[in-house]
Amino acid sequence: MSNDIDRRGFLECMAWAGSGLVWVLSGGVLSSRDLAEAAETPSVGGDFSFVQISDTHIGFKGAANPDALGTFEAAIARIKALDPKPAFLIHTGDITHAQKAGAFDTVSEALKGTGVERTFYVPGENDVFADGGTEYLNRFAVGGPGRGWQTFDYRGVHFVGLVNVLNFKAGKLGSLGPDQIEWLERDLAPLASSTPVVVFAHVPLWAVYPEWGWVTEDGAQALGYLKRFGSVTVLNGHIHQIMQKVEGNISFHTALSTAFPQPAPGVGEGPGPLKVPVEQLRGVLGVREVSYVQGKSRLTVVDSRLA
Amino acid sequence: MRAGTRGHRLLLMGSVLLALVLTGAYASVAGPSDGGGAPQARVEIKDFAYQPATLTVRTGTTVTWVNHDDELHTVTASAGRFASPGLEHDETFFQRFAEAGTYTYFCALHPRMTATIIVQ
Repeated sequence: MSNDIDRRGFLECMAWAGSGLVWVLSGGVLSSRDLAEAAETPSVGGDFSFVQISDTHIGFKGAANPDALGTFEAAIARIKALDPKPAFLIHTGDITHAQKAGAFDTVSEALKGTGVERTFYVPGENDVFADGGTEYLNRFAVGGPGRGWQTFDYRGVHFVGLVNVLNFKAGKLGSLGPDQIEWLERDLAPLASSTPVVVFAHVPLWAVYPEWGWVTEDGAQALGYLKRFGSVTVLNGHIHQIMQKVEGNISFHTALSTAFPQPAPGVGEGPGPLKVPVEQLRGVLGVREVSYVQGKSRLTVVDSRLA
Repeated sequence: MRAGTRGHRLLLMGSVLLALVLTGAYASVAGPSDGGGAPQARVEIKDFAYQPATLTVRTGTTVTWVNHDDELHTVTASAGRFASPGLEHDETFFQRFAEAGTYTYFCALHPRMTATIIVQ
């Protein structure tokens, strides 16, 4: 069965994408077009698409969003409305706000409402700091190759989920750790360089703003193993805002939260919930759809805001 | 109301944790209610920093941390001897220091936030 997005479906998809940009990776060159322009391009679509959702922070009740569950449910409604249906969801962490009791259950139950069968998770620091990851790992990582890291293939695309929030030490940055990097090297070694690779993790793998911990200490080492591939898409959360960067054939994308925004790097004393006027809140929250066109070595990334 | 209730709950949680984990170095967690003549000190968590960054107290002092940020923070000993849960805005954590020594701690969510308690 074909999952191709036809022009009509694509235009519908564009309709809720708001003021977003379409990022297209082709032959290692990332280009952005505004949505009106992209919508005029016929037969843009993919063999499959998936959705990235991030930083749902269930349990958050701060002034920046007293109804984080409500905005999460709005994101679920968005995902449910997608046609064609995404193949799966990827949650890039901070599922819960400080491991509030019952929050993991709330999220995994609510995500069933998208109609999408499978969600792949990686943890954020909020999901693991209180108990060193015990609750998260017992729920999501049993039988995996390591402490929450994972790999799978889907229609010729190789996916790797990395965990960079389990090694927080005083005065240091988050890191992957040598075990995971060694595993990554082994995992990638047999792959042809033409294999499209998607890497997802909570904290950005590239240095967005080290002063606020928006970097993975040994991320560069991991990325070193990815450089030989012709198409690498790196999806992160953690910073609750969209940022993109291209380095060689690797494109980096950070995602919106469904709970609350955070300030731009270096604006204010530190990261954390940013209060915006209530009527603007849903405009700075959202989810992301990523589409893959077989044989074209490109992934299309469309960010969708909740309002 | 919220801070008080939560603070009390944190106190109980902290006591249970200490009872399980510690071996006398930290005899108990003390809150303001049993202050009496016991020495007290306070650390403010504000703008992603512990203030003061270095606090010197005498043996037996109970230190209270108060989080003034909207972001979650923790008070987590580098050596693993005490750890608060995530503290929301206006929430507090107490720790009594019964033994002399230098105790470094950090925020488990923002590990670049570090500070020290010196107990003399």
